[in-house]
Amino acid sequence: MSVGFQELAAAPPPMTSRLEGELLEISMGPQHPSTHGVFRMNVALEGEIVRKLKPVFGYLHRNHEKIGENTSYLGSMPYTDRLDYFCSMTNNWAYALSVEKLAGIEVPERAEYLRVILAELTRLQNHASLLGFLLSDMGAWGTPLMYAFREREKILDLFESLSGSRMMCDFMRFGGCRVDASEEWLGRARKIAEAFPKFLDEFEQLILSNEIVIMRTQHVGKLSAELAINAGITGPMLRASGVNYDIRKVDGYGIYPRFKFRVPLGDHGDCYDRLMMRSLEMRESLAILKQAFAEIPAGPITNPKVKIRAFKPPVGEAYGRIEGPKGELGFYLISDGSASPYRYRVRPPSFINLTILEDLCLGHTVADVMVILGSIDIVMGEVDR
Amino acid sequence: MIGTGILRGMAVTAKNFVGSYFDKERLTTVQYPEERIPLPENSRNFPFLIFDGEDAQAGLRCVACQICEKECPPQCIYIIKSKDKKPDYVGKPQFYPAIFDIDISVCMSCQICVEVCPFEAIKMDKVFELSKRERFDALLMRKTELAKSNEYYHEIHPIEAAEVDGNLAAAAAAAAAKKKAAAAVAATSAVTPPTSS
Amino acid sequence: MESLEEIKARAEAVVPDAKIEIVLNPGPANQPSLLLEALSALRVARFLHDDPALRLDFCSNATGVDWLDRKVKTTRKVKKLVEGEEKEVDETTEESVPGYLEAVYHLYSMSHKHGPVIIRSRTVNRADDVHLPSLTPVWRSAEMQEREIFDLYGIHFDGHPDLRRILMWDEFVDHPMRKDYVEPDDYEYEPTPHDEVLERAKEHYPARPELEQLTPRE
Repeated sequence: MSVGFQELAAAPPPMTSRLEGELLEISMGPQHPSTHGVFRMNVALEGEIVRKLKPVFGYLHRNHEKIGENTSYLGSMPYTDRLDYFCSMTNNWAYALSVEKLAGIEVPERAEYLRVILAELTRLQNHASLLGFLLSDMGAWGTPLMYAFREREKILDLFESLSGSRMMCDFMRFGGCRVDASEEWLGRARKIAEAFPKFLDEFEQLILSNEIVIMRTQHVGKLSAELAINAGITGPMLRASGVNYDIRKVDGYGIYPRFKFRVPLGDHGDCYDRLMMRSLEMRESLAILKQAFAEIPAGPITNPKVKIRAFKPPVGEAYGRIEGPKGELGFYLISDGSASPYRYRVRPPSFINLTILEDLCLGHTVADVMVILGSIDIVMGEVDR
Repeated sequence: MIGTGILRGMAVTAKNFVGSYFDKERLTTVQYPEERIPLPENSRNFPFLIFDGEDAQAGLRCVACQICEKECPPQCIYIIKSKDKKPDYVGKPQFYPAIFDIDISVCMSCQICVEVCPFEAIKMDKVFELSKRERFDALLMRKTELAKSNEYYHEIHPIEAAEVDGNLAAAAAAAAAKKKAAAAVAATSAVTPPTSS
Repeated sequence: MESLEEIKARAEAVVPDAKIEIVLNPGPANQPSLLLEALSALRVARFLHDDPALRLDFCSNATGVDWLDRKVKTTRKVKKLVEGEEKEVDETTEESVPGYLEAVYHLYSMSHKHGPVIIRSRTVNRADDVHLPSLTPVWRSAEMQEREIFDLYGIHFDGHPDLRRILMWDEFVDHPMRKDYVEPDDYEYEPTPHDEVLERAKEHYPARPELEQLTPRE
């Protein structure tokens, strides 16, 4: 028997009590616009409330580590660009740092300064676009993201004129950098860094006092400091929970001990704190940039002892890590003395930051899941490797 | 008061909207393909092979040493070395690539082939409008498509090309001087070494 | 931070049945590690985490390493009678060392801001006895990473709350990060397959005229 529209309207089928309390399982992603790539979550819902959430990975898995074990040490450098394609400069640095640890290579002064400048510029553009994406996830579709992208584009233009590519920079080499920055380039970069606070002020005015943003983010996805430490959360997300741990300060790799900057800390560990954290970190990055531009010395940018062909580090292993924009980015390398690493491991920050996704989302609504996921800041190229 | 935050945010969007009519800073887009932003000097896309002189195939600097093929991380270069030697543009007999293919659907523009090349024979191009109607063979660049003149190289990377030319000339001069010295030591026969431009 | 020897001595005092070995690292990085036994690894890990002086509360990196069965050649000088004279002669003995899978953890302390302390434990072999205790009860950050090791290396972590494949799909059978993993023959189309790839592609896809066209390239 078919039921027409009129009958339905006249007598809506009664909700059976049998269904109440049962969970509805839905699959969010892998093609959802707010999953920042091909990421899927199996969510069990009770009405609108999330009762269970299992992330599903692997849609972008290409076994990056196996590729790294089959190619030369230098050959992995362009592949690291493709891990977290927003931050290829910091990926390059983390990998170069690990190989330099493995082989005991010194880096010239100017190259260290260049690395700091590029890493902080990367942090600026990553955090700016993250804020844009996060607002996109909340429904401010497009506009704030485009404002962020406008600023990001200026930094990407800098990257292009230095390294040749906007995103796949492949700029750093073991014991230095590939090309030297001209005075003209440094001047342009300085100008962009000086103009950046204006954008930040405007952007903060746009979002941070916005009532909708506040209602959507405050008290959503709270992460306690204990859980954050135990679950290995790193980067701005950890500091938003109030844990003072910044590898730039703790390890003091490169020449970071020379710079004066503060580590912003959150209080509540909710999405709003994570959002604010990015904004505050950008201001600290600008402080570092200002000092680096003032102090950068002249000199060589590569260590002449490092061979580009047939580079073979001595037998041993090394774990090097840096404070990437998304968290601790580490590379663990085992060398057996041959031209390619015996073991090449990436410690991806956004993958490990996803460990507690379920804990953050339980008890919140489906719409909040998107905000929480956005505030974690993931890039699937790095999560799935 | 509730709502002021939203109003402040809307003031920003209004400023951007109105500003986009007057301020270049707020309207950064261009109407591609009619308008184009010039590419920076260092910009890179896919590799090409440089030749000197008039004949594209005879003048290739590549001597088929296959270092780039070995070092290429995604293995997109395919070279077959010639069996015979042919005189290059200065008249010195050299091997040459019988086949030199670059699969640009695999190439990831990492520039490692350029860095490892000892002969300054392979460089990065700036052409990016390479879309083809076909997925496979059309994206395989053969030797004939890859060969581009040194003048073209000067056009796209003027600073870098001048530097490379300087280095090559210096190396050629050093080699000539060495040969001259050797000839002077040999002394008896009056053979003048070939000078290279 | 105290030295690895001191940590080892204190850990052995707290966990009496633990046997800990220090694995030296010859490279310039100089990051030696502690080799734990599977039996006591969890208790030692708990000690490293809870000890007030160490407080290694942050497990940064957990990963697997595959060490294949290998043959070790040792050359010793042996005194032998050669042509009635006693001489020193090099004698080479070959010994096969069974391979194993290894799980490596890099530990740091967020409260004391020191580290790393590297711990590792090894399975008995690479084939059937591939069990190690899961350290997820101590460090939650190992949860995803141990799943990844299970997926890519095939180490079974006993006591892991949710040990499933993570990057590969559930129906996949092998462990792709193992050194002896053989890729399946399902290559994507390559415009210029040559050498080994061409042979294997031909075998796998017999009816492909476009491949035939491409063969006479040399």
